[in-house]
Amino acid sequence: MNWTAVQRILGLLLMMFSLTMLPPVIISLVFDEQSWLPFVKGFGLTLVAGLLFWLPVNRSRKDLRLRDGFLVVASFWTVLGIFGAAPFLFAPDLSMSVTDAIFESMSGLTTTGATVLTGLDELPKSILYYRQQLQWLGGMGIIVLAVAVLPMLGVGGMQLYRAETPGPVKDTKLTPRITETAKALWYVYLAFTIACTVSYMAAGMGWFDALCHAFSTVAIGGFSTHDLSIGYFNSTAINLVAIVFMFAAGINFSLHFFAWRYISIKHYTQDPEFRAYTFILFATVVIVVTTLLQTQSYDAPGQAIIHGMFQAVSIATTTGYVTDSFVAWPGALPTLLIFASFIGGSAGSTAGGIKVIRCVLIYKQGVREIARLIHPSAEIPIKLGNKTVPPRVVDAVWGFFSIYVVVFSIMMLAMMATGLDQVTAFSAVAATLNNLGPGLGDVSSGFMTVSDAAKWIAVVGMLLGRLEIFTLLVLITPTFWRH
Amino acid sequence: MKILILGAGQVGASAAYHLSREETNEVTVVDKRADVLRELQDRLDIRTVVGHAAYPEVLERAGANDVDIIVALTDTDETNMIACQVAYTMFHTPTKIARIRSAEYMNSKQLFSQDAIPIDVRISPEQLVCEYIEQLILYPGASQVLDFADGRIRLVGARADRDGLLVGQRIATLKEHIPNSEARIAAIYRNGKPVVPDGDTVIQENDEVFFISDRKDIRVFMSEMRRLEDPVRRVVIAGGGNIGVRLALALEHTNQVKIIERDPERARNISEQLNKAIVLVGDAADEELLLEENIDSVDVFCALTNSEEANILSSMLAKQLGAHKVMALINRVSYVDLVEASSIDIAISPQQITIGSLLAHVRRGDVVKVHSLRRGAAEAIEAIAHGSPEESRVVGRAIGDIDLPKGASIVALVRGNQVIIAHHDTVVERDDHVILFLTDRRKIESLEKLFQVGVSFV
Repeated sequence: MNWTAVQRILGLLLMMFSLTMLPPVIISLVFDEQSWLPFVKGFGLTLVAGLLFWLPVNRSRKDLRLRDGFLVVASFWTVLGIFGAAPFLFAPDLSMSVTDAIFESMSGLTTTGATVLTGLDELPKSILYYRQQLQWLGGMGIIVLAVAVLPMLGVGGMQLYRAETPGPVKDTKLTPRITETAKALWYVYLAFTIACTVSYMAAGMGWFDALCHAFSTVAIGGFSTHDLSIGYFNSTAINLVAIVFMFAAGINFSLHFFAWRYISIKHYTQDPEFRAYTFILFATVVIVVTTLLQTQSYDAPGQAIIHGMFQAVSIATTTGYVTDSFVAWPGALPTLLIFASFIGGSAGSTAGGIKVIRCVLIYKQGVREIARLIHPSAEIPIKLGNKTVPPRVVDAVWGFFSIYVVVFSIMMLAMMATGLDQVTAFSAVAATLNNLGPGLGDVSSGFMTVSDAAKWIAVVGMLLGRLEIFTLLVLITPTFWRH
Repeated sequence: MKILILGAGQVGASAAYHLSREETNEVTVVDKRADVLRELQDRLDIRTVVGHAAYPEVLERAGANDVDIIVALTDTDETNMIACQVAYTMFHTPTKIARIRSAEYMNSKQLFSQDAIPIDVRISPEQLVCEYIEQLILYPGASQVLDFADGRIRLVGARADRDGLLVGQRIATLKEHIPNSEARIAAIYRNGKPVVPDGDTVIQENDEVFFISDRKDIRVFMSEMRRLEDPVRRVVIAGGGNIGVRLALALEHTNQVKIIERDPERARNISEQLNKAIVLVGDAADEELLLEENIDSVDVFCALTNSEEANILSSMLAKQLGAHKVMALINRVSYVDLVEASSIDIAISPQQITIGSLLAHVRRGDVVKVHSLRRGAAEAIEAIAHGSPEESRVVGRAIGDIDLPKGASIVALVRGNQVIIAHHDTVVERDDHVILFLTDRRKIESLEKLFQVGVSFV
């Protein structure tokens, strides 16, 4: 283990993160609120902590090795959740407990979008902005951002990038230099954010709401500046804009990059994951809308269509915005949507869940077993598009899936042990592990009512979900620490 | 600069290492072996593409559309040639470099024209290694001999020993020792660290001294550094592969050459190619055979087989049995460090020799030649000074006034056929070949910039 290098990079990252507490100060001044002090305090605290980490080892020039990457990413996200909570703790209007503040900060950074706050509409704008910004930073990944702007990471950048980016195959770079790849991803992300803000404004939002919601839409987060979430606006145009951008943010960002660079949509249509992703979303929308129409849950068919579409896309991509209480929908719909969130978005997107590509590979393996029963001596490779998937990747997908199931079961049992009923416990774990946000039962509108113990389990779940379990789990294996 | 390297073998991997260390380069490596590429990508900041290096689809995936240089270093000559052909025809790649091993292709120059097989630079590692060893045999005592300006001027590295005339003296006294000819000490490495030489620097025993001089004066200067060794007469080459045979062919008329080859069939084959050299069938690590052939009176023993471990062991054995000087062909950089300190006199690293000639073509500015020294830590560079005094930051200036980056020094100029050893008041003229020595390779970029002509020239 290369302790000095790990410590140095942690310090650097913390100092970088401290800067993100300054924009809320500006927002507070713009709206002439007296709420800037918690952010200045948070900034000072984080900066000093970063300096204390960095100063003793700032001359170390060692490269990160593969294992160090895991350690940096996992410990940074943990530390980030804690320091990100500082402004919530310092803000007098909120009077939040430590548990609540860390829950809120972690829920933001991991783009989960579950909240413990009520009365959002009355809160200072700076705090609302800060929550949205946390989601935005966590969406594409604050470490990917660091790789883009801190050139000194060098080869180590690749190790960090790999530990943070979601998906089964992480070796594909968009450009030869990892810094350039990270920059390209952030440019695409930034472009989407701007486009989304402008679209929201065109659809009738004020600039502040538009910017805040654009942050949480492209990050597939789900935080809102209103208690009623997107439903507050009650506008079909805004719902449509949200649907389009949630859909786009759930696509692998490297596809966006290639589409932008070669100005063609060929890369989308040829990508097997994109096709499966579109198909799954489309099927979910069709099922939800037909059921709503058939059961006549809404008076007007138009309402059923728009709410059905919105809720299906929002939950299936793991965003977690709500326009209407989907928990009250008839039949299997609420549980169907929660199940859809397990599949989640594409690899390399900002969405959570198991990821479409893994589900496709698992499905194909199932089909292969059936084919093998019929043709026992056939040689049947697993293919994506026209390319055979290396057995190593298929193995890794199974490994991931089984760990996901195990982690899910353990967490659900733990949640029930804290006193939650079965539906609530099931959906609370799904909502956090998939970085979704809203659940069913007692956690359908937030986690305010659950006990502190359950909140801590949820915090762990969100972190596991965002870092795709393995990055965190390798740290608790004894082999990782052995020389 | 965007660089595409085909083949992640030893030379390919080390080319990727050297090139990706320079900030401005973007390196992509193509190979058929996914596991080799994964391992390489873990160590280096590069992109890798799995596939056959000559297939258009693979090259396109590797971004051949906008690369500046393609370097074909796969194991087979034919793949390298076709890859360059494809790059030229389909992607209009400006510079194409390929490794061509077999002499049959290399010798037919008209083959490589733009309308046949468009390869701009052909590198033959065997030939380069062979020339390198030849120089070392020609100048006994030198650890490295590097050519500049088509061999008119040479950079020689030698370890100072206590019998050298200059050892223990200030460099300024060099002039008194040899009044008629000129040389310049380019760099001194003491305990592995560079020492910037000036007139007052005192040369110590065991310093590794790099000096540059006209080729006719080299022997005289060698005597300043160490006791002059007798010219090499008897040479034993272990291994009758491509390099061994080439070397035997080059040396057999001037030296007494014996070549040891294990495979009887191959031995008969090479005995037909050679005229004077004696071909011995047997194992180079066979003590009896070596003694039989009077190993104790051999001047140079060269182990050049394909197996580096065998090379190391057989040359250690030869040294122990009394060979005056032993050289071994070693690919692994870590082995080079291990053995050079102990029983083997000179470790020959084909990668490093190949890389040097490759780097020259990747440099900006008009760089003619690059030799990489001390395992890539230092470089000796030959660049041409272009432009008028107004446009260039080099032409028309005295060497003392040129704003060189730290760690770089100009050691000599070649003007037409004339070799000028650099002094601080020597003025660089247009189209001079400038020979530079760089101890800190991170400064390469600023050095390249220095030799690029200002925008007004374009």
